Parts: sequence; structure tokens; C-alpha cells
Amino acid sequence: MSTLLTSDQGPAAGAAGGTARTGRPKGRTGTRGSLRVAALYLLPAVALIAIYLAYPVVYSIGRSLFDRSGATFVGLHNYAELFTDPRTQVALRNNVIWVLVAPALVTGLGLIFAVLTEKIRWATAFRLVLFMPMAISLFASGIIFRLVYQEDPSLGLANAAAVTVHDAFLEPSKYPGARARDARALVADHGNLTTTANYGRGDVVRLPLVGLSPQKLPRQAAPAQDLRPDPRDLRGVVWLDVAAGGGPPGTLGGGKRGMPGVTVQALRDGHVTATTTTGDDGSFAFPDLSPGTYTIRLPASNFAQPFRGLTWLGPALVTPVIISAWVWITTGFAMTFIGAGLSAIPRDALEAARVDGATEWQVFRRVTVPLLSPVLLVVFVTLVINVLKVFELVFVIAPGSAQADANVLALQLWQVAFGAGGGDQAMGSALAVVLFLLVVPAMLFNIRRFRRERR
Amino acid sequence: MSRKFGAVAVAGAVTLGLSVFGLTGCGGASGSGGNGELAGQTIEVTGPWSGDEQKAFQKVLAVFEKQTGAKVNYTAAGDEEPTVLQSKVQGGAPPNIAILAQPGAIAQFAREGVLKPVTADVEQQVDAHMAKAWKNFGTVDGKLYGVYFKAANKSIVWYNDRLLTQAGYQPPATWDDFVKTVNSLSDTGVAPLAVAGADGWTLTDWFENVYLQTAGGEAYDKLAKHQIPWTDPSVKHALQVLQQVFQPKLVADGNAGALQTDFSSSVTKVFSDAPKAAMVFEADFVGQVIASNTKAKVGDDARFFPFPAIGKPAGKPSGSVVTGGDAAVAFKDDKATMALMKFLASPEAGVEWARSGGFLSPNKDMPLDSYTDDLTRAIAKQMLGADDIRFDMSDQAPAEFGATKGAGEWKDLQDFLGNPADVDGTAQRLEADAAKAYHT
Repeated sequence: MSTLLTSDQGPAAGAAGGTARTGRPKGRTGTRGSLRVAALYLLPAVALIAIYLAYPVVYSIGRSLFDRSGATFVGLHNYAELFTDPRTQVALRNNVIWVLVAPALVTGLGLIFAVLTEKIRWATAFRLVLFMPMAISLFASGIIFRLVYQEDPSLGLANAAAVTVHDAFLEPSKYPGARARDARALVADHGNLTTTANYGRGDVVRLPLVGLSPQKLPRQAAPAQDLRPDPRDLRGVVWLDVAAGGGPPGTLGGGKRGMPGVTVQALRDGHVTATTTTGDDGSFAFPDLSPGTYTIRLPASNFAQPFRGLTWLGPALVTPVIISAWVWITTGFAMTFIGAGLSAIPRDALEAARVDGATEWQVFRRVTVPLLSPVLLVVFVTLVINVLKVFELVFVIAPGSAQADANVLALQLWQVAFGAGGGDQAMGSALAVVLFLLVVPAMLFNIRRFRRERR
Repeated sequence: MSRKFGAVAVAGAVTLGLSVFGLTGCGGASGSGGNGELAGQTIEVTGPWSGDEQKAFQKVLAVFEKQTGAKVNYTAAGDEEPTVLQSKVQGGAPPNIAILAQPGAIAQFAREGVLKPVTADVEQQVDAHMAKAWKNFGTVDGKLYGVYFKAANKSIVWYNDRLLTQAGYQPPATWDDFVKTVNSLSDTGVAPLAVAGADGWTLTDWFENVYLQTAGGEAYDKLAKHQIPWTDPSVKHALQVLQQVFQPKLVADGNAGALQTDFSSSVTKVFSDAPKAAMVFEADFVGQVIASNTKAKVGDDARFFPFPAIGKPAGKPSGSVVTGGDAAVAFKDDKATMALMKFLASPEAGVEWARSGGFLSPNKDMPLDSYTDDLTRAIAKQMLGADDIRFDMSDQAPAEFGATKGAGEWKDLQDFLGNPADVDGTAQRLEADAAKAYHT
């Protein structure tokens, strides 16, 4: 696998061969002799390419046409199976997302940073910082980002920040996670708890709740007491039906305490007609109700679970998160390359534009970018090749439950070919060939550019 | 330790920012130029263990070296051991002995004809000291290849003593009690269970423990070989039983949060200074995670009860245990190799490792006082005393079904944890994936 993945070393090796050729000594004995010398010089490079590139590629292609055991020729069967496998389809889809989003984003950011850092003082220091992530191994970077995006706000930096900001604007609920003791008497709907029975003046509504530790009650919470009915109002009590050694479920007494500060609504025909709040012992009353029947509702705001941030590493967000990690790592690389291209731009072109009255934006848009476009293209294409091979980040950042959703071809290849218990190297080879074919156009493009530039 | 724990160890190292990939080659145990009957012979052994486990195993090998005068070279091959062995076999240089955690790999090597069945005196040793089940685990097509040396007891629920017994609950013995206990814990605002949903293998262990009891050993063996489909009513019933506890109000951080929780986090959720859950189900090796990742004291703050009995007469323990383990297999059948195989099957082989901790022996004659603490002794007793003992089913399955992240049984049970109402859909997905992996 790795030989195929690194086969974009090709141009470099080819260039080495070129050097050998141009190093031909002058005036040796005739053409045949010089051919022999040329062959001698070429031999090491050719041998290395043959051993480390050509042979593995040919072997992988051959292997992909046989079955798992390598004994039976199956033609293109592995490829047919590969493209009907939903996991490969997801991997392909993700690779497409990566190629569409990541290289363009990084090239754009690299351009912006390169242009900006050219204009500021301490530019080198700034560039150094931006380039730093390139010095960290992909594996370690993956671990960093896995920690940053942990779901638990006490572990993950991203969610810790999200929760802090969220709670600064929206106060968390008083009794997160509390629920009805009897889910049939007090029905939960979108987090609201509503009584199934109807009540009117002179009734007492008893609402036992559970799912909360008694230690989480506010200090002023007083023991809840049963109320006497009063014909003038509709009253009730909300209490935490949990106590150490407390009486049977659903009953008052035994040290069970009321839940202060719970919002209680009286509903008639689905409309809120009155709202009140429980006292320290959990009691509440609606004194001014007009006669009729009401249902009692404890709105969801009392019990909403605390905001815990986003599930960054869940199926929906995991790919964007991993792309963000990759962007963090590679932007420095793009910036350095583009920065080098930038310093090669003739200054007088920029100056001329400025003298002609162009704004900085116009200079950037009409002069800098067009002059830089060859560099930008090379950077972009190199990143595309890089992105197609992305493996470590997905492997490290995606938790097991989301790995299928974050899957990319290189990871799928590794899992299929070398996963636990041996693996299927025929299918793995087929995947390697597909990945290779996807990289080839970008590679050819780069090679052709190199050639044109040399001319 | 099973391969699964190996994976955990790697994950642990990863969180420390160390990558421990590749092979950790290592020389033999202490140089003991003995003059025993095998003096001058060298035995190459490959195994999955590295680090502390490797040190402990080398102590075991040193005992053998001292007794026989042979020299044993141990090489750690890590989690990818089957792949490593495959290439060694292809290169014509297999080790004398490999320690393998995957029954599937043992069967594969045996059927390829590269393994040697053990000699009669090794088999006698196994018959004498191990329960029939362990012999069966190491047998392929009627011949004994694998000698189990290290075992894992995967039918254990660990609990935080402060949150359970000190809060007035008894460790539940039956499933009904278990369901009742987790529900009343939840009423008091304590999340009862930490579930490591990010690691699919913990979910397969949940399922296997339930299925072994609700469907019985015979059905378990059939399902392991895919002789009955996963859409069988027995599978659906086991999923329904599991559904009783895979509920958002019973699982710490809810089912979606559990899917983001890996194995070692599920342990720290129960045993950290600010625990978020009262119990966590898994194997004996949870003890090592507690010891290395939390301040809780195993045997004191952290205790265990056997996986609750389902549908058994009251007062009777379940007697069912799901195990994993590491077996020694021989690639050569010379005298020295078989002598080491015989030694590994003997009661004294495990003693050294048991003293170092983190070890459970399948050998019923290894003295229980070799274990250094009561808790490990109790775990060993539970396993040795079980009358219905089965090997981890997902480890017996083809790896693409039973041991691949994001695929097969791991993924299907993760989807089930995410949506426990979908019993039928889960069974169908399991069957579709199994059919593909078993090629039936």
C-alpha cells in the first residue's frame, strides 16, 4: 500500500535520473561507449524505481485480479464488489468532499497569510508559528484535535468554550433531567410535563418527580407536606420523590423535600391561563382561577438538560472536524510556498499599479493573484494529491462509532487489507489501485507543469 | 490479555501522545546458561504482549529456561500479530511457538497446514489440568493445536462501592434485580451504567453475555458458526433484554453520549473522583485500567459482581461465563518446542505472572493463592466454577464481522445502542453483514 501511496515521489526520482543524464562526460569513445556509461549512471535510479515503484504497482494490480487467497483469477470481480460496498461508497463520497473543500480552503488561507505576513513586522516569527503545525506528526496532531473536540465539556476544549458562551447568555435550568415518577399521570411531551387528569378549584395536585439527586436541591428546599384542599383555589405540591430511606414511591413524608422555584402553568383547552412558581416546600396555588377544569403543566424550561455543546465527533460533524484539523496543519505549508512565489513577483509591477492609483485590493486582485497563479496551481494540485491519501487524521480523530461515517479510501484500504485477523489483500489491492488511479491525473498535471517550467 | 485489551493499551498510549506502532523486538529472558536436558536449544516465541505484560511473560519463560536449560527468545508482535505471522510463514521462518488471541487465526493457520498438532503428552497435560471447554477452544477439526495459557473473564460488572452498596443497594444477582437497581439508581439522579459505545467490542460482549444465558450454550455455538441466522427469534429476544438497560435515562450521558465514550473513559466515568456512573460492565482487565487511570482502590472502592443471572432459579448463580484468552500454538514439533508447550499447560507456568498481577489462568490446578488479591481470586473462581463457559463469539467470527471498527457486528450494535427500539432492523443488519463475512 505505502509504495502506491507515495508514488508521487515519481517526479523527484525522475529528476534524479535527469541529473545523471546531464552529467555525461564529454569526448568519450563513441556513442556506444557513452550509451554504456549512461546506462551505468541510470542503473541505480532505474533499479530503485523498479524495485520500489514499478514492481509493487504491477504486483498490486495483478493481486487485485485474484481472489482473497490469491489462487483463483477472478478478473474485475473485486472491483465490482468494491463499488457496490456501502463502506467504500461512503469513503469515496468523503474523499470527494475532502478534495472539493480542503485544498481550496488551504490554498486560499495560505494566500491570505502569505500576503498579510509580507506586510507586517515580525513576519518571520508569524510565519514560523503558522508553519509550526507542519513540524508535528500527523498522528500527534490527530490526538490534539481528538482531545479538543471531545464531547464532554470537562474534557473537550471546543465544547468547554461553547458551554461557557452559551451559559453566559442562557441560564441553565434549575432541575436538569428531573422527570415524572409516574409517566402515565404526568406525560412528557417535548420536555413539558403535563397531567393527564383534569383539576378545578378545590383540588390538590400532587406531582412527585424523580431523576435528581437530593443533594442537587437548593439549600432553601423545605420538607414537602400534603396540602388540605381549599374551595377557593387550585393548589398542589411538587416534590422530589427521592430520599434516603424515604417512604414508598409517590408518597410524601420521610424527609422528602419540595422543589422550590418550579414554574407551574394551569392550562385550559391547551392555553396557558395562569402561571405560578413553587415555594420552598414545593407548594403552589392558583388563587384566581375561574371555575372550570384545567390541566397542570410543568414547562420544559424547568428540566432542560444543561447545554453540553455539540457532538463534534458524531456522524454529522466528524468529517468537517477532521478537515479543520488538516487545514490547521497544512496552511503553513501553503503559506510558505505562496510566500516564496510572492517574493519572486517583480516589485515594479506592483509599484506601477499603485502609482496608477490602484487600491491595495485592486493590486491584490488584478496584479498579485494573476502573477501568482502558477504557484497557486502547483500548491493546489499538490494538496489535492495529499488529501486523497489522508489516513492518519481520520484514523486517530474519529471514534470507533463514527469511523464508518468518517471513512476515506486510504483508511478503508488499510482496514480491508490489514485489519484485525489477517484481512483481504485482494480487495485491499483493488482499493489501492483505485486510489492510485484517482491520484494519477493530479500527478500527471504536476509533472507536465514541472516539464514546461524547465523548458 | 486478549487482543481487545491490547487495543486498549494502544489507545491509552495514544492519549499520552506516544505512538507504539511497529514491532518491539526484544531479546530473550534472563541468560540462564543451564545444563538441563535441553541445554543449547533455542526456542523462538512470538506473542501479542509488550511492556509490563511482556516482562511478566518473560518471568514465566525464565522458569522454563531454568528447568530445562533451553534458551527462549520472545518477540512482541502487537495487535497485528496474525499479519506478522502470515508474512513470517510465507518467508519460511515461522517462530517455534506463537501466542494468539484470535481463535479464527488459529483455525486459519491450522487449516493451512502450517501448525503442528501438539504431541500426546502435551494433550495429557491439557486434559489433566484444564476444563474440557478450554481444550475445545484450542481444537481445530478434531486435533488439539492451541494450549490456552492466559484467560479473560468477560462476565463481570464493576461497580463504585460508594454509589451502590453505600447508597443502600445490594449488588444484584439476577437480571430482574439488575434492571430494578439501575432504574432506582436513575430515580435518585445517579446514572447507573457507563457504556463504552465508541468501542464496538464492549457491545458485542454485552450481547454475548445476555445471549449465552437467554438462548443457551448450544444456540450460542451455532450462532458463532453462523449456523442460525441473526434474524433468529433468540437473537431478537436477547436484543430486547439488552434494550431494557440500553435506555437514555440509565446510561451515563445518554445513549448518544455513550457512543462517544471509549473503553477507558467508560471506566474512569465510574471510578474517577467525580464519578458520573455507578457501574461498568466488562472483563477482569478493567481492574488494571482502574489501577492505572484512577485513584480508586481495586477491591475496596472498586468491586465487582458476576454478570446477573437471567431466567435462572432464584438463588442460583448464572454459571455462564464468556471468556477470551491467549493460546500457544506450535509451528514446529521438535522436542524443545513441545516441552515448552507442555510447560505452558502445567499448573506452575502461570504462577509467576499471577504474582505480578493482571493475569487469569485457565488452569484449574494452579493454586489460587498465587493471585495476590482476593478480588482476582474471586474472578478466577467464578470463571473456573462456571458450568457454561463459552469463548467470546465476536472473536470466533471472521474479523470483518466481529473485529472491525465501523463495520459488521461492532457497527450494528453501535447503531442499536443509538436506537435501541430498532430490534428487527438491528437483527436484519447483523444478518446481512454476517452473511457477507461468513460467505454463506
